[in-house]
Amino acid sequence: MARKLPAKDVVIIGLGWTGSILAYELAKSGLNVVAIERGPWRDTATDFPPAYAQDELRYAVRLDLFLRPDQQTMTFRNNASQTAMPIRSFSGFLPGNGVGGAGVHWNGQTWRFLPTDFNIRSHLEERYGKDALPADMTIQDWPVSYDELEPYYDRFEKLCGTSGKAGNLRGQKQPGGNPFEGWRSSEYPTPPLKQGLGATLFAEAARKTGHSPFPQPASNLSEAYVNPLGVKLGQCTYCGFCERFGCGNYAKSSPQTCVLPALMRFPNFSARTESEVTKINLDSTGRRATGVTYVDTSGEEWEQPADIVLMCAFSFFNVQLMLLSGIGKPYDPQTGQGVVGRNYAYQTTSSVSLILKDKILNPFIATGSHGMIIDDYNGDNFDHTGLGFFGGGYMGFGQTGARPIQTRPVPKGTPKWGAEWKKATAETYQRGLSLATHASSYSYKDCYLDLDPTYKDRFGRPLLRMTFDFHDNELKMSAFLTERLAEIAKAMDPVEMTASPRKGPYDSTIYQTTHNTGGTVMGADPSTSVLNRYCQSWDVHNIFVPGGASVFPQNHGYNPTDTVGALAYWTADAIRNRYLKNPGPLV
Amino acid sequence: MNRNTSSQPSRRFLLASATAFFFVGTGLARARTLGGSLPWEPGTATPPTPVRPGPWLFFTADEAAIVEAAVDRLIPPDNRGPGGKDAGCAVYIDRQLAGPYGRSEGLYTRPPFMAGAATQGYQMPDAPAARYRMGLRALADHIKSNFAGKSFRDLAPEDQDKVLKGLESGSIALKDVKSADFFTLLLGNTQEGFFADPIYGGNRDMAGWKLIGFPGARYDYRDWVERHNEAYPLPPVSIMGRSDWTVRE
Ligand SMILES: Cc1cc2nc3c(=O)[nH]c(=O)nc-3n(C[C@H](O)[C@H](O)[C@H](O)COP(=O)(O)OP(=O)(O)OC[C@H]3O[C@@H](n4cnc5c(N)ncnc54)[C@H](O)[C@@H]3O)c2cc1C
Ligand code: SF4
Repeated sequence: MARKLPAKDVVIIGLGWTGSILAYELAKSGLNVVAIERGPWRDTATDFPPAYAQDELRYAVRLDLFLRPDQQTMTFRNNASQTAMPIRSFSGFLPGNGVGGAGVHWNGQTWRFLPTDFNIRSHLEERYGKDALPADMTIQDWPVSYDELEPYYDRFEKLCGTSGKAGNLRGQKQPGGNPFEGWRSSEYPTPPLKQGLGATLFAEAARKTGHSPFPQPASNLSEAYVNPLGVKLGQCTYCGFCERFGCGNYAKSSPQTCVLPALMRFPNFSARTESEVTKINLDSTGRRATGVTYVDTSGEEWEQPADIVLMCAFSFFNVQLMLLSGIGKPYDPQTGQGVVGRNYAYQTTSSVSLILKDKILNPFIATGSHGMIIDDYNGDNFDHTGLGFFGGGYMGFGQTGARPIQTRPVPKGTPKWGAEWKKATAETYQRGLSLATHASSYSYKDCYLDLDPTYKDRFGRPLLRMTFDFHDNELKMSAFLTERLAEIAKAMDPVEMTASPRKGPYDSTIYQTTHNTGGTVMGADPSTSVLNRYCQSWDVHNIFVPGGASVFPQNHGYNPTDTVGALAYWTADAIRNRYLKNPGPLV
Repeated sequence: MNRNTSSQPSRRFLLASATAFFFVGTGLARARTLGGSLPWEPGTATPPTPVRPGPWLFFTADEAAIVEAAVDRLIPPDNRGPGGKDAGCAVYIDRQLAGPYGRSEGLYTRPPFMAGAATQGYQMPDAPAARYRMGLRALADHIKSNFAGKSFRDLAPEDQDKVLKGLESGSIALKDVKSADFFTLLLGNTQEGFFADPIYGGNRDMAGWKLIGFPGARYDYRDWVERHNEAYPLPPVSIMGRSDWTVRE
């Protein structure tokens, strides 16, 4: 039997990006807040100081900071005719674990979605006709607009101190920024990072071929910065050990560098670490949550009662907890009825790798998100008439590191080992680079999450099961984008070029991104969404999923976290300004 | 490598000071409740443990002989620098197999085990240590019966390469072991050892990093970002520093 703890106003499941933002905002309003986190406490000085943060084997290969599958994993299959198998070691995507969540070891690429992304279905139907979209494509409009979210994007970027160059200030185009982006109420908090040779060469080639390159927005700070919470971040040193690593320089925005020092001072906030929430408890009506049950490292079970439950556990685990707690109607792919687990989507990436002549790229001088990018082929920034697909993405060159266990370009046809391999490895390291596309992944009737019938976690609960594959729309899009990128690449005068558009089937062992979206979608209609426009459960009004990417109805051509952070602030405001005054459904 | 796992005592529990925080419950609970300030404590960092020279920890002498010979063909010595053997790749693999990696610690190892599609990843119950033990035994047997009772170490380099190519392509069938899978494991670990920080026993004298011009653990390139097309001037350093930093009497 679970031992019952004294009640709190708010219990937060997971202390990553969304959890820490909500904890700060609600503790600041005077509520009693507890956050329950399944992983350990983590801080810079202890867990990734500059003395040994730069350890590729430990952090990037053995994945020291990530969720370990013996604690929690999921099963995967490409389609319903296969038997799902457990992901026994993570490699295709890498969920976080511990205080800070995936915010500790993300890249820092900080993108807003396009204004038309938020009304994507109506926009496409209006421009290309009612019947233009494939019948099994289940994309839908967001229940919030870009204009509504803009102030919240701004807040998250100011929290992070994001480095970049605006391309559109209150409707005025700005030279040097992204000409396609939605309007911004203010310039980025810090100027863009400096660029290396590879990015500079890409930008020249992109300009020559008629595109508009701009620096990638980065939460890896170009200069020291004090955020609105009074926390000071340091300057990025281009150390090249960024994604998969914690930052030893306090230069990468994360819950650790942006929120926790201010949050931990609130006497009405506490964090409970190495404690995994196993269930959200409902009252006898099933319409109100009474709190959560969690298990600590000794196996002891506790019940934490609370008036408000916030699910901040990252997309997969938000979905898994909803299904295991019986909240909302599970999605049935046969009938298309039900909502929890519906519209799982991902990201579609591809690459064009090059070897240049007589260049010294110094590829190890790198950050998680520097680089030069073009946005000409994202979303509906280009005419899709006759192309046979919808969607798009950004593309360009960003040097995120050239750590040699995982990054060693060699010419085509090089053997994998032996004398020739050694020679080619030595001669190519300074001259090889890989351009990339980073594109949308629309949602489909047959891509979803549910509970696995066979495999169990360490508590004996069913694992989450992912059924996902790329669809023709995404593969055609990737072919198109990769061709465009290859045209620009040719203008860089490579001695060798290999274009690799994304090909199916989706392979859970090949890393693309950890941008897993959907499953607890927000929407205007309870028959196609789990949450209303305030990220509040339609069924249980005191449960919110404040912005984790599980609320995305589909995934667009950008990294998720700027939108995740914006929605976290949006939800915090809705709770503070509306829900607390009148607890009940906000829509 | 130090890691917090769900099945090991948390260093923080053991070191936590009762004034800064209190524990949930009593007795065995390792979960902690934190509040009031950042729970930083001195002396709790988890630096990597350097590999020490000395006898093999996992391999038998015969196994080590095969692995040392094999890594020296996978990364042969030449005028660009040492091969896999002198760079310590076999020592690296030995220490890795004796540690958490060898036991697949932290991975999901619950049954049932079923063959899956390639897109579903490794689905076998065997951890790397067991795979090496079986693979090396099967390889030794194969050599013995096909090369007049010899062992891998005694073969001419060309013959060693032929055997390795046969494993790589799968054309050599080993008993109860998928030769191509075993080869992929061996090659991957060899290259890991060659390019990982020397603290783990391979990449001795930073041979792998010198080969390609990787400066290692430097961590600050602010002065060189915009020096385009200019070779970075400083030699590599490891997490432990450099041997020429150590004062010699
Ligand atoms: C390698 C990598 C690179 C990335 N790069 C980028 C990038 O460049 N740009 C970008 O936009 N995004 C990037 N991301 C994604 C980004 O990290 C996430 O979007 C972001 O962290 C999501 O915030 P969250 O609060 O939803 O989840 P998280 O920050 O992951 O926090 C969730 C927390 O909940 C905890 N938790 C889960 N289940 C439970 C439970 N049952 N009980 C208790 N606690 C639980 C977890 O341990 C975790 O700490 C990257 C991710 C990775 C892994
Ligand atoms: S690249 Fe910059 S932000 Fe990233 S870890 Fe290094 S110093 Fe920190």
